[in-house]
Amino acid sequence: MTAALEMRGITKQFPGVKALDEVSFSVRKGEVHALCGENGAGKSTLMKVLSGLYPHGTYEGEIVVGGVTKQFGKIKDAEEAGIAIIYQELALVKDLSIGENLFLGKEPARFGIINWEHVFKESERWLKEVGLSDVNPEQLTGGLGIGKQQQVEIAKALSKNANILILDEPTAALTEQEVDILLDILREFKKRGVTCIYISHKLNEVFAIADTVTVLRDGQTVGTYPVSELNEDKVISLMVGRELKERFPRIEANPGDVVLKVSDYTVMNPDRPGKKIIDNMNFELRKGEILGIAGLMGAGRTELVMSLFGAYPGEASGNVEIEGKRVTIRNTQQAIKAGLALVSEDRKKYGLMLGMDVKSNISIASLRSISSGGVLRHNEEILAGNEYMRTLRVKANSVETIVGTLSGGNQQKVVLGKWLMTNPKVLILDEPTRGIDVGAKFEIYNIMNDLLRQGVSIIMVSSELPELLGMSHRIIVISEGKQAGHFTAEGATQEMIMTAATGGKAV
Amino acid sequence: MSMNQETLLAGRKVSKKPNWFKFDVRAYTMIGALLAIWVLFSLLHERFLTPTNLSNLFLQMSVTSILAIGMVLVIVAGQIDLSIGSLVGLTGGIAAILNVWYEWNTIPVIIATLLIGAAIGFIQGWIIAYRAVPAFIVTLGGMLMFRGILFGTTGSVTIAPLSPSMKSIGQSYTGDIIGWIFGILALAAAGYFILRKRAARAKVGFEVEPLAVSLVRMAVIGVLVIGFVYLMNSYKGIPVPFVMVIVLALVFTFISRNTVFGRQVYAIGGNPEAARLSGINIKRRILLVFVLCNTLAAVAALVLTARLNAATMSSGQNYELDAIAACVIGGTSLMGGTGTIVGAVIGALVMASLDNGMSLMNLESFWQYIVKGGILVLAVYVDIYTRQKKKA
Repeated sequence: MTAALEMRGITKQFPGVKALDEVSFSVRKGEVHALCGENGAGKSTLMKVLSGLYPHGTYEGEIVVGGVTKQFGKIKDAEEAGIAIIYQELALVKDLSIGENLFLGKEPARFGIINWEHVFKESERWLKEVGLSDVNPEQLTGGLGIGKQQQVEIAKALSKNANILILDEPTAALTEQEVDILLDILREFKKRGVTCIYISHKLNEVFAIADTVTVLRDGQTVGTYPVSELNEDKVISLMVGRELKERFPRIEANPGDVVLKVSDYTVMNPDRPGKKIIDNMNFELRKGEILGIAGLMGAGRTELVMSLFGAYPGEASGNVEIEGKRVTIRNTQQAIKAGLALVSEDRKKYGLMLGMDVKSNISIASLRSISSGGVLRHNEEILAGNEYMRTLRVKANSVETIVGTLSGGNQQKVVLGKWLMTNPKVLILDEPTRGIDVGAKFEIYNIMNDLLRQGVSIIMVSSELPELLGMSHRIIVISEGKQAGHFTAEGATQEMIMTAATGGKAV
Repeated sequence: MSMNQETLLAGRKVSKKPNWFKFDVRAYTMIGALLAIWVLFSLLHERFLTPTNLSNLFLQMSVTSILAIGMVLVIVAGQIDLSIGSLVGLTGGIAAILNVWYEWNTIPVIIATLLIGAAIGFIQGWIIAYRAVPAFIVTLGGMLMFRGILFGTTGSVTIAPLSPSMKSIGQSYTGDIIGWIFGILALAAAGYFILRKRAARAKVGFEVEPLAVSLVRMAVIGVLVIGFVYLMNSYKGIPVPFVMVIVLALVFTFISRNTVFGRQVYAIGGNPEAARLSGINIKRRILLVFVLCNTLAAVAALVLTARLNAATMSSGQNYELDAIAACVIGGTSLMGGTGTIVGAVIGALVMASLDNGMSLMNLESFWQYIVKGGILVLAVYVDIYTRQKKKA
């Protein structure tokens, strides 16, 4: 069989980071080719290059489709070459009918007047192709379940005459039955010669559908293997098979009393009634320890910590105790009062007022402690700002420097300073080192250690397994909202955590 | 990964030496625009720069200023209030009805009017904050309803004349001596605050501006204050409404800079998500912002009604746009999070100068609409443009 698609020597550079380094990737016609790798391995970047989102000229290397070298300047160029990508988040307009969505941007029209007959007739045909023959194309798209919306999305791709279909984590939001339906559709396509690139963390799906697997790690191709030569363990070791390059200054745990106890904790998905986003979690956190929380993207890690902090809209049930006392946390005021602090995963969106200065950002959650009768005591604010700038070693001109002008690592330290000023008992860190350089990471680890010594307990959510293994004392793994494993850091390996996170048997 | 590169790049631009005379570029633009307008009108009309006319100008700017002071907090919080023009009409009408038809005394009239303004602010703020109806819609509805209620309750007649003491709210002037006392107090206060700020900053180990710079600052303020009092005194004295503007501007500057509430409002406008996660009760703050804004609208209504010595059906019409324009010209960003009271007052002076100059020149009123509309769009354009340039 000939190669339907070849990407040769693709290198994509961001300032300071090489996201893709000489990646080669070849897909045969009519196969389902799985692309595997950890979060941040470069899968999404590679697909963005392929789909024209990063236009020709912003990367090195070449793309060959059906034997012809292509230069995609925009997404439309890639679509014309028969490549269509279906993203994790569905790109359908929920308030339009299915037919309108299928023909969005390419409405059949004469003199600007749309031929609706044609739209709905053609739509019926495409819907049939993806197993939705019982769905009326005049129905509103939002009325369909997520699984069926996904099928509509695939129909939309097919209607653009796509013969190479890229599915990026297509099953993240699907139920098991919906996954089965999707896999059946893909098998049907395979018979008809449609080529699929399938990106998924869920290895059982990969083994159920793929013919070939390519593994990426740290922006490089590890290798391409026929699925018959692999098993799940092998794939995992290929994905994580790197040595611990960074050093982690973990200090010995000196666990004291239980500070936080969470039992039977369940959180509902606010967008999908009846679906649980966190299902019956039970764990406890002792004084002076770091509890790591592992899991794949979308497993519910962030939702869990946001919900504990009173900042998630989904309804929560279960028991939360802090220092032996049951607490009810419905909003962030109550959370802060109870002694919780949350450094969220997206510091620009949730952490900082980028246009305000360092001291205002540090003091914003503790204004009561530096005011009397509602009037701020500016001097104390400045002194507090100076204090945290010094202890956290924030590199900025002064406490009056605008936070938006600082580097990522320094911004993260400002967020840390804000929460330290509230004197928390439990500090929750969600991806504390995302997007900051190695040196600043190391400093953040040291700050975490200082806090442990001062008796603060830490929950750390992270996608970086080496970081989790290197810094935490215990690790719990979440898979699809459920507790899928519990390890002590000494006994755990990256492979064990990945196995649990991908839905394998807990070790 | 893309976040990574941005932050890496952002880390580079750290300025070196503090520049003691630096303002915002936009502060310069604003004062430059004001001077340009004044120079233009004084060239076009010999009476523009006379004490009489300038006294009038400061009287005229008072209503817009008071409205703009309240509007700053609303816009800083990321909201908007389109209803205040009609609210000025309605509360002014109520004040006139109480004073003229029911012959209430001035003090009860003032109290009742302010309470009604606050109550309306509470209702609008509650619907916006606790029922999540966009401020644009709630206050657009308010704009229509308040004007309608005004027509209905007054039977569409002009209510006049007011009692003498009521009239004095908008028409009286401080005498020469009181004017000078105000001027001296202002000077002393400015000197005191500049020196106290120096001392406070030195105490916490900040670099302090050289004493010479502080003295120059005080000298500039001194010349402005003395010049202003002298100018006003050569007509009838400082208009009382303008004294109110100064007092309100001081109070609200204090609120915005020195109170927990003020800081939280700026944080909400700067990043609502981060503010929420920092434990700020956003709903309650937004409610209070609308209460303040609409109470100030009632203050403006009292001043306007007293100055005109009548409540008319059209009073306050389009004033919300003047107030919004004043805020934006004064550097308040419609994106929320930034803006100063002083800026808004200067913005109001710009708008009033345009009105005043064009009226002096006997330009037909259609020109005034066109020019003011153009200025509003231009001001927002400058706002967006400088913001984008800052980002790049």
